[in-house]
Amino acid sequence: MNTYLTDILQSGALMITTITGIVLLLVEANRRGRPATSFALAIVGLLAAGMTALIQMPAHGTGFSGMVQTGGFASFFAALFAVAGAMTIALSRSYLARIGWFRGEYAILTVFAVVGMMLIAASNDLIILFLGVELMSVCLYVLAGLARVRDRSNEAALKYFLLGAFATGFLLYGIALIYGAVGSTNFEAISAAFPAISAHIMFLAGAGLVVVGLSFKVSAVPFHMWAPDVYEGAPTTVSALMSTAAKAAAFSGFLVLFVRTFHFVGAGLNTVLAVIAAASMILGNVVAIAQTNIKRMLAYSSIAHAGYMLAGVAAANAIGLMGVAFYLVAYAFMNIGAFAVVSMVEDDHEQHLTLDDYAGLSKQRPLVAALMAVFMFALAGVPPFAGFFGKYYVFLAAVEGKMTWLAIVGVLTSLISAYYYLRIVVLMYFRDGAADVAAKPSVLTMVTVVLAALLVLQLGITPSVVVQAAQRFF
Amino acid sequence: MDHIDILITLAKIVAAFAFLILGAAMTVLLERRVSAFIQNRIGPNRVGPGGLIQPFADVAKLVMKEDIVPRSANRFIHDMAPMISIGVALSTFAIVPFGNGIDIFGRHVKLMIADVNIGMLYLLALTSVGVYGITLAGWSSNNKYSLLGGLRSSAQLISYELSMGLSLIGVLMIAGTLRLDEIVLRQTQYIGGILPKWNIFLQPLGFITFVIASFAETNRLPFDLPEAEPELVGGYHTEYSGMKFGLFFLAEYANMITSSAIITTLFLGGWDVPYIEGLGLAPLTLALVQVGGFLVKVALVVLFYIIVRWTIPRFRYDQLMNLGWKVMLPLAIANALGTGLVLLLIA
Amino acid sequence: MTLESILFIVFAAVGLASALLLVTRRNPIISALYLILNFFALAGLYLTLHAQFIAVIQILVYAGAIMVLFVFVIMLLNLRDERSLREGLSWKKVFAAGVSFGLLMEVIYILMTSASGMTELLPAKATEIGTVEAIGSRLFTRFLFPFEVTSVLLTAAIVGAILLAKKKLD
Repeated sequence: MNTYLTDILQSGALMITTITGIVLLLVEANRRGRPATSFALAIVGLLAAGMTALIQMPAHGTGFSGMVQTGGFASFFAALFAVAGAMTIALSRSYLARIGWFRGEYAILTVFAVVGMMLIAASNDLIILFLGVELMSVCLYVLAGLARVRDRSNEAALKYFLLGAFATGFLLYGIALIYGAVGSTNFEAISAAFPAISAHIMFLAGAGLVVVGLSFKVSAVPFHMWAPDVYEGAPTTVSALMSTAAKAAAFSGFLVLFVRTFHFVGAGLNTVLAVIAAASMILGNVVAIAQTNIKRMLAYSSIAHAGYMLAGVAAANAIGLMGVAFYLVAYAFMNIGAFAVVSMVEDDHEQHLTLDDYAGLSKQRPLVAALMAVFMFALAGVPPFAGFFGKYYVFLAAVEGKMTWLAIVGVLTSLISAYYYLRIVVLMYFRDGAADVAAKPSVLTMVTVVLAALLVLQLGITPSVVVQAAQRFF
Repeated sequence: MDHIDILITLAKIVAAFAFLILGAAMTVLLERRVSAFIQNRIGPNRVGPGGLIQPFADVAKLVMKEDIVPRSANRFIHDMAPMISIGVALSTFAIVPFGNGIDIFGRHVKLMIADVNIGMLYLLALTSVGVYGITLAGWSSNNKYSLLGGLRSSAQLISYELSMGLSLIGVLMIAGTLRLDEIVLRQTQYIGGILPKWNIFLQPLGFITFVIASFAETNRLPFDLPEAEPELVGGYHTEYSGMKFGLFFLAEYANMITSSAIITTLFLGGWDVPYIEGLGLAPLTLALVQVGGFLVKVALVVLFYIIVRWTIPRFRYDQLMNLGWKVMLPLAIANALGTGLVLLLIA
Repeated sequence: MTLESILFIVFAAVGLASALLLVTRRNPIISALYLILNFFALAGLYLTLHAQFIAVIQILVYAGAIMVLFVFVIMLLNLRDERSLREGLSWKKVFAAGVSFGLLMEVIYILMTSASGMTELLPAKATEIGTVEAIGSRLFTRFLFPFEVTSVLLTAAIVGAILLAKKKLD
């Protein structure tokens, strides 16, 4: 009994988030028609979990019979997921009310999705990794189909679910093969057996299948097909959650498995990862140019960013680890911000989603336009915003990891990406638009977006906060 | 395993199945006589003394009847459905211990056909497969009433299976084993030296939920919605005639006996006859008395089944579902939780 | 030939045949029934591996509960025989066939090269792994945490299913 108590206290963020979810279930079951309470509770719970995670970051350890790790890496990502989750819930409040799907279940499912993400980052066993991926995915499938009277939302949910289930199958099969080769699902055991087993063909096949499964979740080429349709069809704030926290969670799975367990050498799969990364950067950025729908454009941009981050994973060194962690934090805030602005401009009937609708935004809503400009500059990687350092670190890691070609691809595709990001800025400031932009955004939404913008700026000026945390990950 | 073992096993199979089939026939007669008594009629009393031969006459009639298969029915499944029903009904009985072990021919013989160490799970697995007989009968007949009956049965059986399985957890926790013969052995002691340590006294809530779930699983009134005559003509067996109908009929009664035997085994002490050890009987006599005790208990539970059928009206469909999910399931879970807590406090 | 290998061959043959019939039958109910048969064969294979618990659960959960719901839904939708889709030979199919063939070869290669070390572990250890007692005690000690996580997963899935499927949301 007592050992479990210490375990529970050690993984405080996870427990607080889970309890928040359960409390929300009870609140929803016993009260009718006031989802606002649930949303407020969810935000409070997630922020508390984030705080706990930050406090517990210095204490490293494992818990629950070696099933999870605590502190360090797990806490860092737990804090990120909690904050990102809280921000999307805050953003959703007025957006969902506007489109008529302001329901308590949204908060519940987001909180449970965050639990799943935390489990992925904290996993110290393949079983936990799998369960975390499943918990996160199941919640996201439903959230994508939340607006179930909309055809596109249904399409998004179904597509995401069918392809996601398939990807989960790959992941599970890979896990089974790794277990078959090693005889254990525990990361420490796999890590210890790694030198002897790393060339075993069954192990390699397993690791390869895990790469497929996780690549789907981060929407890297060639497993990216779902992303544009799902991001377009899902409610905009759900797309924000999927493209930031969920992607970060899948990347934390990559890091925990390939960097920690496989000792940076990536099980000989570095080249594969590098090719996937290059393909994602090229395809994402090139296709994004051709998009006219802003959600689809952000989806392709998200594929490209997955490519940048995978370059950091493929580099397989300490800078790569730190760079990916930094990139994930920065990307989370800038993309949540970008999707938040999209959700403000979008009207109640899935209109005002084309790029042209942003023409002249600066005259109608100067603050919103300015914030969007910040996020676009950050996504393009323009200093002094956070995006710049993210790219800097992962490209540096690629060069250090003897993958200079990957860094060159990255820089070139970044230049391409500047075109479509800055086009939005140009449209907002230098074109006149007739479109009347949707209603005045709520205070809660504005506060959240401003906060996101400030964080993007802050991280761009003082990246050392994250860098220092990253040095004490494992 | 030599020849004698095989012979013994075969003898047990023959004895048990003969008992089951004859028992089913007798139960049909019993049901007709009891219902007649309840409705102030006489009931069948012409064939044989007191109508004892009546069930055999019925069987002869059914065998000689024409087997009609609707033209648009799926013949293969139409034939298979009653076989599934009767097969499941018969094979469940394989794990019921109908007496304590006896020493005969110089070896110890357990009075049960299959001594499986996962007895309780076997029971639940077979119960869950039993749905197919009725469901497929309903579907393959290509008749809307049959289909509705089949659909009702699958929804009903799935719903009550849960409470059934969960209400067993209490028994499982007390016994600490899945073997049915050991579960009976645990019940042969006394509480405070007086009351037999039967699970019905230790697990009253579990007993009630299990019995109700068993009624639902055997499609007996008040849960006979799959064949509710006023609404569905005959439900899933509307399109069955002759011996295939007879098989369904037989399966219903065999199921009733099997589930009575299971209730007896799990909650009523099985073959345990309390206070008998004071009489100092010879081992073989003792075993026979115990088998007799088991049969009496089963017969009483069967009688209970019959009396309930003729005194309680049928549920409406939504009431059935509400009862299953909103009353039975929470009660069964509460029972498991309560048992766990008590065991924790005692330990 | 030992009893075990005879049983293995029987169950494997039934499993393969039912799997083939499952995908080739046009009537969805018949397909579902072959899937159930397949589950039984699989349960039989588990039994030959001394994994009684998994075998029974396979029947109880898959054949007895999940497939009942499958059959239920197929009946409810009243699906007719599946009509054959437009069966053209597109480059996608050729490509898919090529990839599948490659993967099959890969799996065969893996099994040929590395299966030798895998089987020797089995018989001695397997009898004690598969029992209910062993699974139960592992599940509630070392694997307690994944067990609890699974319950959270199922809760979330139930919430989601109700949200998506409930006819009239309040």
